[in-house]
Amino acid sequence: MSAGQMLLVATLAVPALGAAVVALLPRRIEQGARVTGTVAAALAFLASALLYLGRDWSPMIALGTPVQPWYQLQLDWVPWLNLQFHLGVDGISYPLVVLTTLLTFLCCLFTIYRVPEGGRGRSLVALLLVTEVGIVGTFLAFDLVLFFIFFEVVLLPMFAIIAFWGGERRRHAARKFAFYTLFGSVLLLVGVFVVVGSAGTADIVALTAGEALTRPIQLTAFTLFAVAFAVKSPLWPLHTWLPDAHTEAPTVGSVILAGVLLKMGTYGLIRIGVGVTPEGIAWAAPVLGVLAVAAIIIGALVCLAQTELKRLIAYSSVGHMGFVLLGIATLSVAGLQAALIGNIAHGIITGLLFFLAGAIKDRAHTGELARLGGLRENAPVLAGLLGFGAIASLGLPGLAGFWGEIFAVVAAFQRGDTLWVVLGVAAAVGAALTAAYFLRLLRRVTHGPAALQLTAPGLTRPELVAWSPLVLLALALGLLPALVLGMAYDPVTALAGVVP
Amino acid sequence: MTTHAPLAMLLPAIPFAAALVTLLLPQRSRAVAATLGIAGAAGALALTLVLLLTFDQPYGGYVELVRFGELAVSFGVRVDTAALLVAVATGVVALAVQVYSVSYLHDDQRYAPYAAQVSLFTAAMLLVLVAGDLIVLLVGWEVMGICSYLLIAHDRRLPAAPGAAVKAFLVTRVGDVGFWLGIILLGVGAGSFRIADVLAAVTAGEISGTVLTVAALGLLAGVAGKSAQFPLHTWLPDAMAGPTPISALIHAATMVAAGIYVVFRLYPVFSGATGVLAVLGVMAAVTMLLGALAATAAEDIKRVLAWSTVSQLAYMAGALAIGATAAALFHLLTHAAFKALLFLGAGIVIHAVGTNLMSGMGGLRRALPATFWSMTIGLAALVGLPPLAGFWSKDAILYAASGTAGWVAALVFAAGLATVVVTAWYATRLWLRTFFGAPRPSSQEGSPLQAMAVSGDPSSKPVHGAPPLMLWPVVALAVPSALLGFAAFAEAFVPWLQTPDPVEWAGEYVAGAQAPVPVLAEQELLHIGVFMVVPVAAVALGIVLAWAMWRRDTAADPARLLGPVRPVFAHAFYLDQVQHAVVVRPVTAFARAVRRTDEVVVDGAVEGTGRGTLGIGALLARAHRGAVPRAVAAVLGGALLFGIVAVTLGGAW
Repeated sequence: MSAGQMLLVATLAVPALGAAVVALLPRRIEQGARVTGTVAAALAFLASALLYLGRDWSPMIALGTPVQPWYQLQLDWVPWLNLQFHLGVDGISYPLVVLTTLLTFLCCLFTIYRVPEGGRGRSLVALLLVTEVGIVGTFLAFDLVLFFIFFEVVLLPMFAIIAFWGGERRRHAARKFAFYTLFGSVLLLVGVFVVVGSAGTADIVALTAGEALTRPIQLTAFTLFAVAFAVKSPLWPLHTWLPDAHTEAPTVGSVILAGVLLKMGTYGLIRIGVGVTPEGIAWAAPVLGVLAVAAIIIGALVCLAQTELKRLIAYSSVGHMGFVLLGIATLSVAGLQAALIGNIAHGIITGLLFFLAGAIKDRAHTGELARLGGLRENAPVLAGLLGFGAIASLGLPGLAGFWGEIFAVVAAFQRGDTLWVVLGVAAAVGAALTAAYFLRLLRRVTHGPAALQLTAPGLTRPELVAWSPLVLLALALGLLPALVLGMAYDPVTALAGVVP
Repeated sequence: MTTHAPLAMLLPAIPFAAALVTLLLPQRSRAVAATLGIAGAAGALALTLVLLLTFDQPYGGYVELVRFGELAVSFGVRVDTAALLVAVATGVVALAVQVYSVSYLHDDQRYAPYAAQVSLFTAAMLLVLVAGDLIVLLVGWEVMGICSYLLIAHDRRLPAAPGAAVKAFLVTRVGDVGFWLGIILLGVGAGSFRIADVLAAVTAGEISGTVLTVAALGLLAGVAGKSAQFPLHTWLPDAMAGPTPISALIHAATMVAAGIYVVFRLYPVFSGATGVLAVLGVMAAVTMLLGALAATAAEDIKRVLAWSTVSQLAYMAGALAIGATAAALFHLLTHAAFKALLFLGAGIVIHAVGTNLMSGMGGLRRALPATFWSMTIGLAALVGLPPLAGFWSKDAILYAASGTAGWVAALVFAAGLATVVVTAWYATRLWLRTFFGAPRPSSQEGSPLQAMAVSGDPSSKPVHGAPPLMLWPVVALAVPSALLGFAAFAEAFVPWLQTPDPVEWAGEYVAGAQAPVPVLAEQELLHIGVFMVVPVAAVALGIVLAWAMWRRDTAADPARLLGPVRPVFAHAFYLDQVQHAVVVRPVTAFARAVRRTDEVVVDGAVEGTGRGTLGIGALLARAHRGAVPRAVAAVLGGALLFGIVAVTLGGAW
């Protein structure tokens, strides 16, 4: 096994082992268990980050393969089902993997310091690690069945995180989340078997390169995939599980949900929708584009009329993911790149915003915009960070969120025909509406006279440690988008080449 | 060929670095923050001067940032004398503002973020000036917008500040939707976001006429927002809720100047598109008069100056509309000097009397002599009294308009001349009401001047009279306000204000293929002759009208001359209310409706499905709770059914 393959395994195995150890430690070890889990998360982050160093530098397009992982690991798993344990990483999935391990690590770190009501911190850490295994596995899987399995692994721990540590309506939100995504998963499973049954292989690398699937099969399979991924992403109008789940989930749950869980849907659309069923996605692209822009506009308008802090941030994800989906729907290199950086930027910025919203709600004991106010009077640092997060999220040029938004619009314009130009214009209007609701949020929360007495207005050290990487990344990616897109350029170009 | 492209890239980086470091300071560390702010502005100014003095030929330089498909975005600079001259203005005003703020905000609790935001503002403007790539230009453009937002909202005691800040950002952001689309259309059309490539594609006719027109109109929307042109001008008068030095920064050398500068920079796009310059001309003519008339009835000294900015920017826009690009840029430079002076001077006045309202001022020329003389120069430059700076630049615009054929030029000329009269009138009103007549009681208790009046001791200097750190920048700015106009006498100056032909750029083009930029064939800024009488007569008319009115009763407001239209002017033609009724209210109502629909219909369907499933389940469950005989009958019935199906369909087996 090469060093790269070992790192691939470690990225999955370390958090899995960590979760097992945390679960098996004697019940009285509480803090120690949390620390153990956090160390596991840190090691997983380290392993995933190291994946970059050992990668194959040879130019890939020469090989003529649309998917060329840096390294892969292929083991027979269930031979009589032709099922393989096939992992790999390339420039498309690497940033998402690192984002996942980073956010999980920060969330575990944060849990050492603060456990939301509802259960023990060590259980929460263990569940976070299991979720991480599922999400990272989804990004690393190069086998359709394996992809499906990892996709499903995420569901239960996340259900538990919402249902036990969540807010007042946590049970309802958790059920809705679970059933809604299960409904999508059933279709995903059917789609997987349509493809596997027809092509005789579940290997994503082979499926992307080959032309094993006929057009009708591709259309059928993509329709099934699309619904599953649309629920996860979420795409309007299949989004209504999101505001409930994100609002009710504990802070760390919201961070993981918005930060990386949604990206499983958009990643699936890129890796499987574009790669495996290119004719299907090309056929459905206009519908996808229209729904994406609907999500941008509707998400922004709902936020403009929203009255609760956390719910507003939750809903803002609908609009932001709309930009990502618009980028994917254009099926161009620029659009797919915009989607990739949009994914990462949203994960970083919305992750930060959920941390901040949680901190504000903890201190003010309310999230109602009408009752908040004057945060900059009694908690200036918190207010400053919220301002930074909101400004980053509204897509200010120079910060991470900008690139995905403007280049989704550019990609729509590059398509040239009237429909796409109209979609591009509408998306640009949506970007302005995004600015409107975030400034409304800041005006309600940070400006004006101090409305409430805050408990402990200053920042604690754990908060500072957990948040500052996100602040720095939002700035760094804004100034140097090539940090993500440099490695993605070749694989995305190759992938876009398979679209008819 | 040697270029200074790397140095030019450093230009925005200096204040940006100062901003980043200052942001990390504790909020109250005033001394370090002030030093860093001043150092950042001074460094940028020094570098600009170095670049200007060593300037030999226009140049560009690029570092690729990222590549989206076939479109690359590069951190690029494109430097010519015009960019550097505006950069000098930016540097001077930024430095003046940083120095002035030390004293003006001496008791501010959040000085470090304030100074950092001013530095960031400066960096963003410098980025717009030197950017060689449209996306990078957009970065500077919008960062400036957010800095204006942050700085306008800075004053925590002013209830109006947060609203004004939001308004400033959102109104400009609405225009920026067009700006985005314009940039995208140009970039997609030219296959590159580099300004050089875009202009080459435009002059070579590679972008179709319709696309070019739409792109230019889109850019124009953004420009109207940034440079406060009708109908997107409404944010600027409210923006004075920010601290006074910020008003000077926004109104003089950053933000509003950026819009005019971008039209100048991308001039072939506008001149190549059919009808767009006519739109700009009409917009300018309307804004010119609208701003000036609104200034006549404003009571707040900063609001008068703010409306005057709106009106003066329209002169520049009008000059651009008729192809007098050099005159536009000349007026931009002189305006930067005298408007910064006027705002900073107004800040001293406000500081002294404790109110913004002119009804609380009067007779201040004795208490604030240096401020009085400086502001007199500034106001005279604003109205265009010879030989002060504003006279030459405004005269150049009017002369160009009078000598250009076509209805747009005629409109700009007519509006321009009428505006000269109105400008003279409101400037004289401001001058007389602030510095002459009897001192009026201030509305605010405990103001230094009032204290002086009560004690009856004229020798006791007002505590806040004019702190040196505030006075120096004002006096220093009086020099260019008075003398900058004489630059027009220098032979070399006019070419400096023009964009060089594309072939002259170093490091950007292979020679040939590009047509020269179609501006007025021979631009001139100076023409001493009979024509100069016209604007001077207009100025005299305005001054005399205001003075005559004031003389009758030195305590009353000359604005009573306006009679019944006074409230209309004071409310700026009620355009705020129109904007509220036509845009703000419908959008918020629509947003509420969409939210309800999303919750009731879309989510309702989901929840309904869930409830429905539960209901059906309950129903089926009840069916399964029947007694044994019924269950047995059902099972047997089912078996029978399967049997029949098997026999019918399974015959082939």
